[in-house]
This record gives sequence, structure tokens and C-alpha cells, in this order.
Amino acid sequence: MALLETKDLSIQFGGLKAVDRLNLSIKKGQLYGLIGPNGAGKTTVFNMLTGVYAPTSGTAVLDGVTLNGKSPVEINKLGVARTFQNIRLFGKMSVLDNVRLGFGNSIHYSLFESFFHIGRYRKAEREATEKAMELLKVFNLDGEKDYLASNLPYGKQRRLEIARAMATGPKLLLLDEPAAGMNPNETADLMDTIRFVRDNFDMTILLIEHDMKLVSGICEELTVLNFGTELAKGPTAEVLNNPRVITAYIGEDD
Amino acid sequence: MKKALSISRKAGDRYITYLLLIVIFVGVQSFLNSGAASRSFKGLLIPTCAYILAAMALNLVVGVSGELSLGQAGFMCVGAFVGSLFSLLTEATIANPLIRFPLALLLGGVVAGIFGFLIGIPVLRLRGDYLAIVTLAFGEIIKTIFNNLYIASDDTGLRIAFSVDAFNEKPLAGNATYYIKGAQGINGTPQDSTFAICMIVLLIAAVIMLNFMDSKQGRAVMAARDNRIAAEAMGVNVTRAKMTAFVMSAFFGGVAGVLYSHNLNSLIATKFDYNLSILILVFVVLGGMNKMRGVMISTTVLYILPEVLRALKDYRMLIYAIVLIVMMLLTNSKSVRAFAEKVTGALKPKKKNQTGGAE
Repeated sequence: MALLETKDLSIQFGGLKAVDRLNLSIKKGQLYGLIGPNGAGKTTVFNMLTGVYAPTSGTAVLDGVTLNGKSPVEINKLGVARTFQNIRLFGKMSVLDNVRLGFGNSIHYSLFESFFHIGRYRKAEREATEKAMELLKVFNLDGEKDYLASNLPYGKQRRLEIARAMATGPKLLLLDEPAAGMNPNETADLMDTIRFVRDNFDMTILLIEHDMKLVSGICEELTVLNFGTELAKGPTAEVLNNPRVITAYIGEDD
Repeated sequence: MKKALSISRKAGDRYITYLLLIVIFVGVQSFLNSGAASRSFKGLLIPTCAYILAAMALNLVVGVSGELSLGQAGFMCVGAFVGSLFSLLTEATIANPLIRFPLALLLGGVVAGIFGFLIGIPVLRLRGDYLAIVTLAFGEIIKTIFNNLYIASDDTGLRIAFSVDAFNEKPLAGNATYYIKGAQGINGTPQDSTFAICMIVLLIAAVIMLNFMDSKQGRAVMAARDNRIAAEAMGVNVTRAKMTAFVMSAFFGGVAGVLYSHNLNSLIATKFDYNLSILILVFVVLGGMNKMRGVMISTTVLYILPEVLRALKDYRMLIYAIVLIVMMLLTNSKSVRAFAEKVTGALKPKKKNQTGGAE
């Protein structure tokens, strides 16, 4: 049984079919890659899955619940969390607070309790802080917990985005170019972290990436998009050797 | 010492603010008790407290939630008139001002908060500067309404009108009292506002606001400010978060108005005009948005300064303007900040056992 299933998911902006009849089927616990040349519509797929854009036609179903027509907030509560291609951290908040924000819907106390830090506040906040610190340790950010998020170096900002997404307790994690701008060492670390997250948090991960080393290193299955349509899909090694995929990426021999 | 070290940096920073308020309260109160305080000094205390509260409240919208509001004077106006009216009406029935005044504070705040909520419903759903436009209009409308409002009582009961004509056509019968008399405003409000009460209200407000900023609801507000799209993707209901901050701001703006009005024998609505809203905004911007302690300090300095400079007559506003510009340059200058950090850095080893520190 697939965790995420899209059926003919399409979106049209005016006359442009940005994504045309995409069929994804991602099993629980899978590390799935969505690749394709620039402008293929990969991020648009993420935006449809998280409710930023409403699909023109087709459906997306997560664990038996249809995602169509739901707001980003509702979809997050259903268990989809994402990162962004152009990092979107809460720059003026501390690293710790960025992660603690993610626990917002899983810790419970009233506004009145936060006014005076009484009642359920103390226990809930202590737990949220502990859990946030655990996550920060996983992403090797615990040393920078009091830094403002905007003061972190680029690679760490990307990792913090993943930590923050994990804090919302997702079933499905969408990573939009997690390795963009990282050097080979940072990318290798990131691959370990992503694998660690999948294994230790029972996470299902769908990621967009251009770094083929990362894709071939950790993704079990791939879907290749080109101009909004599905070019190929299947096990990673098979897809990456597909002549049509190679052509789409590096062009045709003359 | 171990316990002190376990206090988080944020909590430590809050305690510095509370301590500052308590020290100022004790210092000024003992100065007042000594009898050496001049009349003009005494006259400045309560308005300063009221403006500090109004500026801190506005900071919740401008600094914490990142929206521009130009109507803080409007909320003060609502609070001032509602609170004063309540005190006038209940002066006979609730004789003890220590019971009456807290009720007036609460009522003024709640009514202002309701106005904030009503404004927030349509505006906070939108993105962009709509809040500034709507709050600007709100401030002007409220001022105009109270400037034309007549409330009086006579033998037939309470009478409310928006023009004095209503009272001319059907004169007040028998034992008549005016509570709000149009452009002449509200007269005879009991002088319940004291410096001690103001400082207690300020301290409670500071506790609520600073605690709020270190809670899940406060983090949601700041997240929506820093990046709305990411906040929504992380499950933050942005409209609700902004509404919470805005209603809190309106509430405390109203409370500030009640503090202010119970210090004056006669209060007119035109006091709460657009200039006052801008003045409070200046306090917030120069105090450092998002920093409650900075807002307290800048309000005190910038409110008292023109009074101190009164002796300079015509040059008063000139010097005031220069001080504003200098403050703006200093707080934004990198070299000055680096120097300040050097100074605090040099002080640090001595402070080792203390928690927190200036931000």
C-alpha cells in the first residue's frame, strides 16, 4: 500500500501545462527521487502536494486522505512537511526556536497559560525543548542553538530546514534540492543524515535533487520529469541508464 | 548558583526588564515620598507610563508581528473614553477606587480589544499594507465619533446623541448630568491613576507580553512575520497568529488610554489624533522593533525630552528632531554597535555568574 499516490496530477498556468498527468506511487519508508532538468516542474509538484497551488486536475492521496483542496496548514497537520529550494527559515528567530515552532501543533497549552508561563506551559515547553535538542543533535546543529537562523552558514541553514520540517511530525518529508550549494563533504554528510532520518524516524522521503551523486547514492526509485511530463520511472540504476533520460539531461548527439 | 545557571538566556533577559521596572519604581516612588519632586516632574510620570504601555503594545504589532499599524491612538481613545465613562457612572456605587479602577482598566482594554478584533477580521486575511490604511482610518473615525458624542443622564435615564441638537429639541429634564459633552470631551473623571498603579500595570503587561513572545503562540506570530509561506507549511495558522498579536496590542492600547484619562480632569478626543499614533510609532521604531526594553527606554527619553527642552522655546522641536536623527544613526551604525559589543564583551568576565545579558 502506497503512502502517497498521485493520479494524473496536473496543473496549468494559462496555456502552459507545468505538470501534466503525473502518477507517483511512493511506498512507506521509501527514499524516492524526483529529478529532471531545470524548469521541468519538480517544485510545482511539491507546491501542489503541500497545497500552495491547487491542481487543475487529478488527485493526490496521502494514506487514504485526499489532499486536493486542502490548505498548506491542513496538509501539514495530515503529515506532509517540506523544505524549500530557496531557503525559507525564520531568520530573526533562534535556531532552537525555528525547530520548536515545528512542535506548535503537537504541544498543547492555552494562550492564558503562555501569558504567565503556568499550568501545562512548563512541562510542554520542557518536552518541546528536549525534543528539539534531540533533532538538532541529529542534524549536528546543537552547538548553534542560540544563533539567529539567518546567521548560520548556508549548509547549516539547509540542515536546519530539514530539522524544522521533522519537528512537525510528518509521515512524508519533501526535500527540495537539499544539497544545493553544498560542497562534496557537506553533501556526503547530508546523505548520511537523510539515511539516518529515514531509518530512525520511519520516514518516507521524496526529494528533488540535481546532484546525481546524492540521487544515485540514496534514492531507491526515481521519477524523471521533463517539461512537466513523466519521462521515465523505476529503480534508480535503471532510470539513470535510460537513454531518453540521458538525452534529456545532456542533449542529443549530432 | 546552579539554579540560576539553568535559567535560559531568554528568561534571564526578561528578568532584567522586570528588575529595571522595579528599580525605577522604587527609586521614583521614594523620590516622590521625599517631597523633593517638582510639580512638572510629577505631572510627567503617569503620561510617560501610559505611553510606554501604548508603545509596548504597538510593538506587538509592528515589531513582533511585522505589520504596520497607524491607529494606536484610536485604541487609546476607545480605552480612555470607555474607562472614564465607566468611572463616572460608577463613582457613587463603587466608592473604593482600588476596586473601581482595575475594573475600568479591564473594561477599557476589553472594548478596545473588541474593536481590534473587528478590524482584524477583514484586514489580517490580506497580505500587504492594508492594516496600515485601515488602522489609520480607524483612528480618525474613532476620534471623530468621540468628538461628536454626547452622553448625559436625566430623570428619564441615560441619553446618547451624536449632536447637541437632540438635547435642544428635547431638553434634559430634572437632575441632569453631562458625561461626554461633544468637543468639550469628558470632565471630572476621578483621578484614580497613580504612579504606583501605573507601574504595577506596566509590570503585569511586560510579564504578559514577554512571556507571550516565549511561547508557542508567540513563536507562531514571529514565524509568520519572518516567512509567511514557510510558517503555513509548518502548520501555523497565520491569520490567527496575527489576530492574537493585534488584539493583544489593541487591548493594552486601551488600558494605556484608561491610565492616561484617569490622570486628567478634562479630556478631549482630538488629543488622540494621527500625530499621536505616529509619535508612538516613532517610540517603537527608535526603541528597536521586537525589543520591549528598548521601547520602554526610547519612550521615556523621547517623551520627557520635549518637556525638559521647554525652556528653549522655539528651538525645542529643532533639538528634538536632531536627537531623533542622532538616535537613528547611532542605533543603525555598525561601528557604534561594534563598540557597544566590545564594551559588553569587556564586562563579561566579571558577570560570569549572572544569567542572561543585554542583547
